[in-house]
Amino acid sequence: MDVRLQVSMVFHLDKCIGCHTCSIACKNVWTDRKGAEYMWWNNVETKPGTGYPTKWEDQSKYNGGWEKKGNGKPELKMGNRASRLINIFHNPSLPKMDDYYEPFTYKYEDLFDSPEGADQPTARPISMVTGKFMDIEAGPNWDDDLGGSPVYAENDPNFEGLSPEEQQELFDVERLVFFYLPRICNHCLNPACVAACPSGAIYKRGEDGIVLINQEVCRGWRMCVSACPYKKTYYNWSTGKSEKCILCFPRLETGQAPACFHSCVGRIRYLGGILYDADRLTDALNVDDDKLVEAHRDLILDPRDPVVREKAKENGIDERTLEACERSPVYRYVKEWKMALPLHSEFRTLPMLFYVPPLLPVMAKTENGVYETANDELFSPIEKARLPIKYLASLFSAGNTDQVSYALKKQYAVRLFKRLETVGDVSQEVVDKALAECGMDAAEAEAVYRLTSLPTMDERVVIPPMHREEAMAMLDDDMWEQKGSAGFGFREAPVRGA
Amino acid sequence: MMDNLLFIVLPYIAVTLFVVVSIYRYITDKFSYSSLSSQLLESDELFYGVVPWHIGIIGALTGHLIGFLFPKEVLWFNGVPVRLYILETTGLVFGLLALIGIVALMWRRIRVPRIRSVTSTVDTIVLVLLFAQVVLGVYTALFYRWGSSWYAASAVPYLRSLLFFQPDIEMVKPLPHIIKTHIINAFLIIAIFPFSRLVHMVSLPIEYLWRPYQVVIWNWNRKKIRGQYSLSNAKEDSELNVIGR
Ligand code: HEM
Ligand code: SF4
Ligand code: SF4
Repeated sequence: MDVRLQVSMVFHLDKCIGCHTCSIACKNVWTDRKGAEYMWWNNVETKPGTGYPTKWEDQSKYNGGWEKKGNGKPELKMGNRASRLINIFHNPSLPKMDDYYEPFTYKYEDLFDSPEGADQPTARPISMVTGKFMDIEAGPNWDDDLGGSPVYAENDPNFEGLSPEEQQELFDVERLVFFYLPRICNHCLNPACVAACPSGAIYKRGEDGIVLINQEVCRGWRMCVSACPYKKTYYNWSTGKSEKCILCFPRLETGQAPACFHSCVGRIRYLGGILYDADRLTDALNVDDDKLVEAHRDLILDPRDPVVREKAKENGIDERTLEACERSPVYRYVKEWKMALPLHSEFRTLPMLFYVPPLLPVMAKTENGVYETANDELFSPIEKARLPIKYLASLFSAGNTDQVSYALKKQYAVRLFKRLETVGDVSQEVVDKALAECGMDAAEAEAVYRLTSLPTMDERVVIPPMHREEAMAMLDDDMWEQKGSAGFGFREAPVRGA
Repeated sequence: MMDNLLFIVLPYIAVTLFVVVSIYRYITDKFSYSSLSSQLLESDELFYGVVPWHIGIIGALTGHLIGFLFPKEVLWFNGVPVRLYILETTGLVFGLLALIGIVALMWRRIRVPRIRSVTSTVDTIVLVLLFAQVVLGVYTALFYRWGSSWYAASAVPYLRSLLFFQPDIEMVKPLPHIIKTHIINAFLIIAIFPFSRLVHMVSLPIEYLWRPYQVVIWNWNRKKIRGQYSLSNAKEDSELNVIGR
């Protein structure tokens, strides 16, 4: 057993209001720079929809992630190592800028400097790449709230498993349904970006599992951009280096929540330490698609187990870190309650950001054109869901509908449980049945309710102590040499090479 | 005098710049080492430029290197006409590929506005020098037969004389102007190399072929920091997560 710590995350989709505050917080802190204008390390997309970059989930287009191979060793979908070097001059699966969008601003001066005339002056859009006037064809969140639209929702790759009738029903205006999917880098256990980097510039930090790109080692071969199935590494067209979400490690190291977590208006974001067994990673990668979620969950270890604690200490994990893991909200949602699921686990990167699938838009329905959330059974059972369970399963459990159903049923049961307590218009029988169906007792239902609805910042974000002060002390040989791989600031200005 | 300047002084300056500045730049400004790929901004036209260009130029440069290292063997190989024709044709094909490639690349840089916005003055100089070099090279291959043999017989001894610090330019003096220009231009490219995007070629990541896929870096020495815990039975690392550099 090789016990390691991963700073891991849960996003509770039932709470996301799609306000994009998270994206703005991230943009302001990290990517408001030349060459990075088009990057959204945090983005929020509307589902059903094609997302950002367009159709990122369609790996027949981008060749991201891993593929299960007969010999037990998964291989990158892009091909083997040699193919990466052969394709180094021109990467056949690289997204183009237009798959994201061309960043733009407006020529605001014209509003002030235009000579007086018969017409109002306008501020025309100018490209932030060329500085020339341009026609805007797309922008960040171009398909925001366009669930049901033929251009966007209809092209969602997750519709593959649905029959044409099922799909069509979703596009009837009255049945139209959508929810929000905020995405950041998953800081995967088996990151495809790391494996694809010919320079070895991308690495996982041993102590907390954060995946970073060493800007001094990156040579701009742009392989990580295609390899990441979530399209969460980006190529900076100005500096010629790839960049990605750094999970705000300078904030984490000083005990603050990452900017997107801190600013989240819906308070949907949870962060905490997870202990996992690095020796068993290969096992978790070699199972069939429908077993992936379970195998992934199996890697996660109980921080209260004495054996695990002993092994963790042997690996240099501190007692205080273990204490933080015990309080980890992520552990509860993912392992104890089995309510949070990894996004697209069939990409086999073992993503460490988990999602509680959304219940509300799924449950609500329309009756004679009236939006109805309650019926005789109070909430319609998930079998009658507006958004087919198959669709959610394609997103959150590699097609395994049992996993998604279970997560939804649990939310459903908690809702009934609280309804009985606060309003009292459901019978004890119904509640007991709902609880029993997902093997939950009253105490657990209460705990789920509290962590979902009432958590304080300190309960949502439990940052394991990172001991960076001690880590710094270890940089005894050459601090500057170490800096590139330790991740602290720039020694040289990040200026594009000649 | 002029010949001394162009064929002795220039080469030494060029190679000195190449070595000293490349190393200095690598030590003080690693960040600037990058392919500076522009594929994100424009991909389709790039393909028709960058692929033939690199196949062609790498092929042609390898040919020059082989001739430089094994001149006698090359002359012996060329002793049989069929073999000579094969070698010459191969060289010409590489040259033409490079020519097609560089024309496509220059055309793209001039025409595509997004690409123009990431083109520096040095980029332009480099492309012009490389274009000139390839044109001169292809012209030589076509009109001064048989390059592979006389290169081994006269240019290589000159280059080697430079290498051993006993410059002897008698061999190059009688060469046609086109070929002389090719040599001078080559040293100009070597001189500008460390100041340009050309440095990308020295970071060819060959070790990727045997490196473990996953890279994990521990920022601290776990044993030293948490000395109280025994690491005696801690394994090197798991199969997937292998400690990187
Ligand atoms: C050693 C192996 C080499 C590798 C792996 C390599 C790789 C690359 C890559 C990835 C690009 C960027 C393409 C893009 O825009 O996406 C590039 C561009 C370029 N390379 Fe190389 N290269 C190599 C050797 C060379 C050599 C020997 C030369 C010339 C002497 C050369 C000259 C250039 C030039 C001029 C460009 C700029 C093309 C343009 O965008 O206009 N490369 N190379
Ligand atoms: S989500 Fe993508 S960028 Fe992030 S660790 Fe996983 S493979 Fe790498
Ligand atoms: S800030 Fe929170 S609620 Fe708002 S879009 Fe982002 S994740 Fe959703």
